[in-house]
Amino acid sequence: MIEGVAEIARAVRERKISAVEVLEAHAARIAADTLGCFYRLDPTAREQARAVDGKIARGEDPGLLAGVPVALKDLFVTKGLETTAGSKILEGWVPPYEGTPSRKLREAGAIVVGKLSMDEFAMGSSNENSAYGPVRNPWDPTRVPGGSSGGSAAAVAAGLVAGALGTDTGGSIRQPAALTGTTGLKPTYGRVSRYGVVAFASSLDQVGPFGRSALDVAHLLQAIAGHDPHDATSLDRPVPDYRAACDKPLGALRIGIPAEYFKDTPQAMGASVSSAIDELVKLGATKVPVELPHTRYGIAAYYIVATAEASSNLARYDGVRYGLRVAGSSLAQMYARTRAAGFGAEVKRRIMLGTYALRSGYYDAYYLRAQKVRTLIKRDFQRAFERCDVIATPTAPSTAFALGAKVDDPLEMYLNDVYTIPASLAGLPGMSIPCGFIEGLPAGLQLLGPPLGEEMLFAVAGAYQRATDWHTRRPPR
Amino acid sequence: MSATKFEAVIGLEVHVQLQTQTKAFTSASAAFGAAPNTHTDPYTLALPGTLPVLSRAAVDAAMRMGLACACDITRRGRFARKHYFYPDSPKGYQISQLDEPLCKGGVVEFVLDGTVRKVRLNRIHMEEDAGKSMHAPDAPISLVDYNRAGVPLVEIVSEPDLRSAAEAGAYLRAIRQLVRWLGISDGNMEEGSLRCDANVSVRPAGTEKLGTKAELKNMNSFKHVEAAIEYEIARQSDLVARGERVAQETRLWNADKGTSHAMRSKEQAHDYRYFPEPDLPPLVVDDAWLARVRDELPELPLARLARFESLGLSAYDAGVLTADRHTADYFDEVVRAGAPAKKATNWIMIDLAVRVPPAHLADLIALVDAGTISGKIAKDVYEKMRADGRAPRAIVEAEGLTQVSDAGAIERVCREVVDANPKQVAQYKGGNPKILGFFVGNVMKATQGKANPEMVNEILKRLLS
Repeated sequence: MIEGVAEIARAVRERKISAVEVLEAHAARIAADTLGCFYRLDPTAREQARAVDGKIARGEDPGLLAGVPVALKDLFVTKGLETTAGSKILEGWVPPYEGTPSRKLREAGAIVVGKLSMDEFAMGSSNENSAYGPVRNPWDPTRVPGGSSGGSAAAVAAGLVAGALGTDTGGSIRQPAALTGTTGLKPTYGRVSRYGVVAFASSLDQVGPFGRSALDVAHLLQAIAGHDPHDATSLDRPVPDYRAACDKPLGALRIGIPAEYFKDTPQAMGASVSSAIDELVKLGATKVPVELPHTRYGIAAYYIVATAEASSNLARYDGVRYGLRVAGSSLAQMYARTRAAGFGAEVKRRIMLGTYALRSGYYDAYYLRAQKVRTLIKRDFQRAFERCDVIATPTAPSTAFALGAKVDDPLEMYLNDVYTIPASLAGLPGMSIPCGFIEGLPAGLQLLGPPLGEEMLFAVAGAYQRATDWHTRRPPR
Repeated sequence: MSATKFEAVIGLEVHVQLQTQTKAFTSASAAFGAAPNTHTDPYTLALPGTLPVLSRAAVDAAMRMGLACACDITRRGRFARKHYFYPDSPKGYQISQLDEPLCKGGVVEFVLDGTVRKVRLNRIHMEEDAGKSMHAPDAPISLVDYNRAGVPLVEIVSEPDLRSAAEAGAYLRAIRQLVRWLGISDGNMEEGSLRCDANVSVRPAGTEKLGTKAELKNMNSFKHVEAAIEYEIARQSDLVARGERVAQETRLWNADKGTSHAMRSKEQAHDYRYFPEPDLPPLVVDDAWLARVRDELPELPLARLARFESLGLSAYDAGVLTADRHTADYFDEVVRAGAPAKKATNWIMIDLAVRVPPAHLADLIALVDAGTISGKIAKDVYEKMRADGRAPRAIVEAEGLTQVSDAGAIERVCREVVDANPKQVAQYKGGNPKILGFFVGNVMKATQGKANPEMVNEILKRLLS
């Protein structure tokens, strides 16, 4: 069986298999899915696959991702295909335009098969805040896949698609990748366009791929990275060859080990991550202790910045132009009813937090102060990267937890992102790769790089995955 | 009523719509007057996933205004989000500037009652306009037109340097003149491309401490602005004179009634929850950008006015010619084509709307100065120039309008006229010098207006004496 982004793209290009055949195989699995990964399928998928096969038949370049079945977290705006961001407030909204990341995937020959479940407006760490039902972890259907890109992670882990796109604001790609045994990358802030990506927190949101391996992820990033005139915060910097980076020798790699990321980690997780680091040492790397002293302020600062921006970004869901509208006897009542009915509890909680943080007279105490903490965290990383090439940590404190275990305790849920949030605040690239199993559940190693250090992450992940087989393990079907 | 005299302290916040091709943060058209909701796009409608991209043309226009007002241009500025819920605000916030406006400080200068007045500016910042709500008169329905949403604006905030409604009006007219002069806006108050809010307070004349201010809104013409301020000064003076307090509030002007009423108090004021716009990187104005906009700046109205006066024009004439830049430019072109300044002024001021080619007007003036045609004929020639665009020399030649200055020929005609009208000759000699005009008229008629009028006068007087 031909699996994964890189393999499928090569096989389709070399006419070992047609794009339609690949699609059919995956469509059959999707049809049998009981995990709840998909919100909806794209009825044009077959057409897309036939178009790729047509190009190949005519001898045209079918693109880097020819015939690769992918799916999108449902906050990627897809022209003509309903996009909800996991929220009732956008139920039935069919966008009249296509966002940049999905457009680039399509242009590279990928087949977009459908839209994936997510925490509402990407707010959550378990995918349980989806307005349209949770997603189950393919390794244990009683457990969560992580979030907010839970559908993306689970769909790739279960082999329903070869790759998927998610977004990461405070860990929403890396944490579910860790919990599902997939490889997930949050690129440097600005590396991938946010145009046509429903916003949660503008200064933190970043699009990234999920795949079965670093090489698969490199293929997807290759297609979507780059400057976009529609996104003023996208970086106008050349896109290197990420696929080639996966094969780069490690050389005298220095791995930074921040004690702050290990001291409260449960023993089993710490051991799993440590043995992964030891494996890298065996491959020639050296361990360097680094200090990230402001790590402990990360979650507090994050929940000010992210909620403040979210309260602003979600102001547009007012029932006036699109999405849900609940009638009222006055404008104010229409707004209140629409938003009360349209938003879920966690979204409301964050809108309120953020609104409070931005109140006149409180700005300095909250938002501005959080931004200062952010600067300190960024500086921590700058200093650390003077001494090392890459930083290795656990991706999440624990493996997948049970559905319902944390839904009533938001703070406990927020703590799941303790290791992913600092890099988000600093805008750095971060990758989670499978590094073992704890009681049958995947554990994730997080690799963090300096700004635009994606190649370094691919090199380390590539070397690790050549030396280990954790990423090749599949959940039971 | 106490006899205390009050002094008004007035500051204006003027919004000017910038005339750019596209909106401030998206490529949708910014043109006025299209069918509702045709100048929209995903960004204008605040569809999920859309992002702002700053129009450099809008920054150019705002910077022009800032440089014309001698503001400091912020070299690394920021945009901010200003939040409020209203259907004409599609995103639920407006992109504006708070801490780091594009232009800081500055001054607006204008002539009032013969002296130059200087009003200091606090700032000029950029922002985007809102859409337009329309409320059905007899149904619980409102409609929104988003054509205007996202059109670039500058807000020009003055210091409280104005002391009367008339001064405020003059300041506002100076802003309109300037934005038109710079080509950045049509400055049309009735269509809303120029909008004005006024902050008004009063204090006993001769005191320093500022009184509590009220903010006046909904004034859609220069007349309304002046009337509303006048009304507010009287209202506040009256309150203070009676020992009552002026409330800090926003008041709406009702032009029909000629009064204003409180719209919201300070306590009801919006909390706009400003914070830096995270979707836009800092606005960096580098040296080259600043230099280019500075180089493109035209000579400003007051400098023009002074130069025109130095050419010998009266203050009034110079004021009329510099009221708008096209007229001033036209005057300069006519003078450059060789016309004496004062004569050029006289011709141009006949009808400011008429623009024959500058070289043609200069030629016409030259033809009169050289005695080739009379001033009267010149007016006919001018009408023909307007009508068909021909050059004055061509008209004069084609229609044989050259002035007759041959004394013998003129005398012949004069003699014929005198001989033919003995009754009028008798009246003239009987002491009615006004009858001379009758003879002149007849001579001119007989020569189709071509006789040199000075010579005709001279010869007739001689023949009749």
